Amino acid sequence: MNLWEQTLLWLNDPLNWTNPDGILARTWEHLQISAAAVALGCLVAWPLGIWLGHIGRGGTLIVAVANMTRAMPTVALLTIFPLTFIGFGYPPIILALALFAIPPLLANAYLGVREVDAEVRDAALGMGLSGRQVVARVELPLAVPYLAGGFRTAAVQVVATATLAAFVNGGGLGMIISRGFGLGLASGGGQVLAGGLIVIVLCLALEGLLAVGERLVTPRPLRRAGRRAGSAADAPLPL
Amino acid sequence: MPLLVGWVQPLDDPRNPWFSWEYVRQNTESLTTALKQHVELTVAAVLLAAAIGIPLAILANRVDWLTGPILAFSGVLYTIPSLALFALLGPILGLTFQTVLIGLVLYALLAIVRNALTGLRQVPAGVLDAARGMGYGSLALLWRIELPLALPGILTGLRIATVSTVALVTVGYIVGFGGFGNLIITGFLFNFYKPQIMAGTIGCLALALIFDLILIGFGRLVMPWARRRTT
Repeated sequence: MNLWEQTLLWLNDPLNWTNPDGILARTWEHLQISAAAVALGCLVAWPLGIWLGHIGRGGTLIVAVANMTRAMPTVALLTIFPLTFIGFGYPPIILALALFAIPPLLANAYLGVREVDAEVRDAALGMGLSGRQVVARVELPLAVPYLAGGFRTAAVQVVATATLAAFVNGGGLGMIISRGFGLGLASGGGQVLAGGLIVIVLCLALEGLLAVGERLVTPRPLRRAGRRAGSAADAPLPL
Repeated sequence: MPLLVGWVQPLDDPRNPWFSWEYVRQNTESLTTALKQHVELTVAAVLLAAAIGIPLAILANRVDWLTGPILAFSGVLYTIPSLALFALLGPILGLTFQTVLIGLVLYALLAIVRNALTGLRQVPAGVLDAARGMGYGSLALLWRIELPLALPGILTGLRIATVSTVALVTVGYIVGFGGFGNLIITGFLFNFYKPQIMAGTIGCLALALIFDLILIGFGRLVMPWARRRTT
């Protein structure tokens, strides 16, 4: 039996979908972990990024954070966190993934506020808006396309990185791949390939979905400008 | 068998602290094996990616309609998780060094192509016009005007590719070639052995820092005019 037949056979077995650790349960687990991580990342990075953008400082800090997370292997945080006071289970995984979601969220929030036309900001101040009102009524609405762009990058990255949780038996779709490797390629090759394909389909679907979402929240006149070429802080991390 | 590194002698330091010289002393051999594998994979991947990526960026810069597809392809590949990519390559190519290398090259390629292209795009049209007016041919223009002016972009791409490749090598554990990643993950899976996890992590971070410093130094060497600016 060749590899492709093995893969199709594995995918065609209904039990592989409906088992307690089958594709459906793992996908749900994967999405839950990812959603928690992205939410946590947004909670930290957006207020911080908007504030830094508002006061116009911290650009260097954001680039430094991005560079540091790029050098840090995800695998290292996934193995270190459970052995600290955080303990085992989902929390260390969610925390590790959230840390990697922060750079794109932070950079885009900062950039979105910074890119607001200085004259618009001046006009708002001239109309008597307070600093807080400028943030809420002028900078934040204008930064929405950037926030959406950062959200998309971060979410896709977290869903992709969540597969690595399997290295510490942390659940998610990566488990299908790692279990397959555990069986040895002779008998588990089909499962490995099937797992890989499922993860890729999920990531591409999410990317497509969020691209549409990003377009919907971007006001029409701003759409044609397209996404700016990546700055150092904005460059996506390899997953 | 790289998969068994650190498993042969679990808990050389039974106190299981986060860092232990005792561990480092007793496992010098497995640490150097991991280091060697990590360096080999990183250097080979980045060199191959540069050899493919820089010409690709030049091509994309010359041939307008190629830019879209190349950037779109790189965007799609970036959304594919490394573990999934190894899951595709592993069963086809086997549990080999090459499997990891190909995956790493693909990811490194993207950072290099994108940044080199950005660098090439930033060469002012006036400069190109002036050079053509002075009689530069297509090749001389590329070699003496475009590439030198695009060097900052190319170097940024190389730095991002190198640092992220160092981190990514760890995922290669799944096919048995993960450099320091082998130590980190086996350390976790067998007895939650903290000194081994930390030694592997520090190894990765130090390696990333050293490679980055080398590339910064290289940049200063080939771009003496940029020395006053900070990178």
